[in-house]
Amino acid sequence: MFGLDLTFLSWDILSKFVINGFLFSVQLTVVATLGGIVLGTLLALMRLSGNKLLALPATIYVNGMRSIPLVMVILWFFLLVPTIIGRPIGAELSATITFVAFEAAYFSEIVRAGIQSISRGQVNAGRALGMTYGQNMRLIILPQAFRNMVPVLLTQTIILFQDTSLVYAIGAYDLLKGFTTAGKIYGRPEESYLLAAVVYFVLCYSLSYLVKRLNNRIAIIR
Amino acid sequence: MTWDWKVFLNDDGGGRTYLEWMMTAWGWTLAVAIAAWVVAMVVGALMGTLRTLPNSPWLVRLGNVWVELFRNIPLLVQIFLWYFVVPKMFPAMKDVPGFVLVVLALGFFTSARIAEQVRAGVQALPRGQRYAGMALGFTTVQTYRYVILPMAFRIIMPPLTSESMNLLKNSSVAFAVSIAELTMFAMQAQEETSRGVEIYIAVTALYAISAFAVNRLMALVEKRMQIPGLVVVGATGGGH
Repeated sequence: MFGLDLTFLSWDILSKFVINGFLFSVQLTVVATLGGIVLGTLLALMRLSGNKLLALPATIYVNGMRSIPLVMVILWFFLLVPTIIGRPIGAELSATITFVAFEAAYFSEIVRAGIQSISRGQVNAGRALGMTYGQNMRLIILPQAFRNMVPVLLTQTIILFQDTSLVYAIGAYDLLKGFTTAGKIYGRPEESYLLAAVVYFVLCYSLSYLVKRLNNRIAIIR
Repeated sequence: MTWDWKVFLNDDGGGRTYLEWMMTAWGWTLAVAIAAWVVAMVVGALMGTLRTLPNSPWLVRLGNVWVELFRNIPLLVQIFLWYFVVPKMFPAMKDVPGFVLVVLALGFFTSARIAEQVRAGVQALPRGQRYAGMALGFTTVQTYRYVILPMAFRIIMPPLTSESMNLLKNSSVAFAVSIAELTMFAMQAQEETSRGVEIYIAVTALYAISAFAVNRLMALVEKRMQIPGLVVVGATGGGH
């Protein structure tokens, strides 16, 4: 069909080349999401602190990261991290550090919007109860903010999963690389690109469908 | 560590300096981005509009399928599909230059995001706008052309601005199929000169300048198009 031959694919090839890459893509997504949310929350709190010494560096960091392409950030870290720590590191570790640092900027914007969406009355209520800043954030504001943010955070995670394919730039072994490697070895590069697209589509479409359903449920609760 | 900015004046082995090469690469980045922007805007406006049509379930479905298809496959994979798979499946596409294929890939990828914004913009309008068009005896096409779309596009200017900046940044992915743009230049020049930091700083700066220029340009358009008294509640675009 269309000059393609998809029959070369077997379970053997999948387990040999693709599974490892898939696991790395998932691991990268999970680590970058969790790390990105933690760092991003810190950045958001710095920006909202009202203290210029804290807010300015955070603002510069977030806007800087958001104004350059992810591929360039990946290349930068791959070039700089070994120089800084004085020994070479693998593409996979470099990619992980890069994604945490990069996604923190995007997650911080989501968290910032989430915190700002909590009404002033909640903040004042916490203060009136004699809570410290930390208690107020931890017990009153952040729990509500994060509940509101869940759908956006998940959507960002799906985008993040797609973006992990860009580790191609430094040759890390991810899902896409698994397929391209198999394609090269078996002389079927076009078919392997097509299969990679199908796998990414099925994963991302199912995830975004789940997010949509979750979104509807949360919308009713509200 | 010492700086060596003179590296940009070195010959790249092909009779031009690295500076000249970088400027050419910047031109390619802008060419890819501008051409893809036109594709994304035209297709995105069309698909987004289809998704809001009353009484045309099949056109709505077509729009929805388009958006889901192009939104759920990574851009890099889409570029590979256009560059390697499409010419193999359709021999008629064999002679299409790589530049065009990358522009189509980036354009269609972004069109899904634009279509989503256009749909949101149209649906944000009060229903009365559509009824007003109908009451004037407009056909559906006329209602969209003269009433709905002019309003919707003004509402979605902020997210369109961020999608346009995303498109410029995403053009960097074209390096993967050897389009001679900035990222490709950065990777090759870094290897040839071993002055990676200087090269990357210059390339990063050019990206930041370009993204800022897009931002200002869109702000100018937004201001020019503004209807006095119409307050647009800021919608934000996500992703990158």
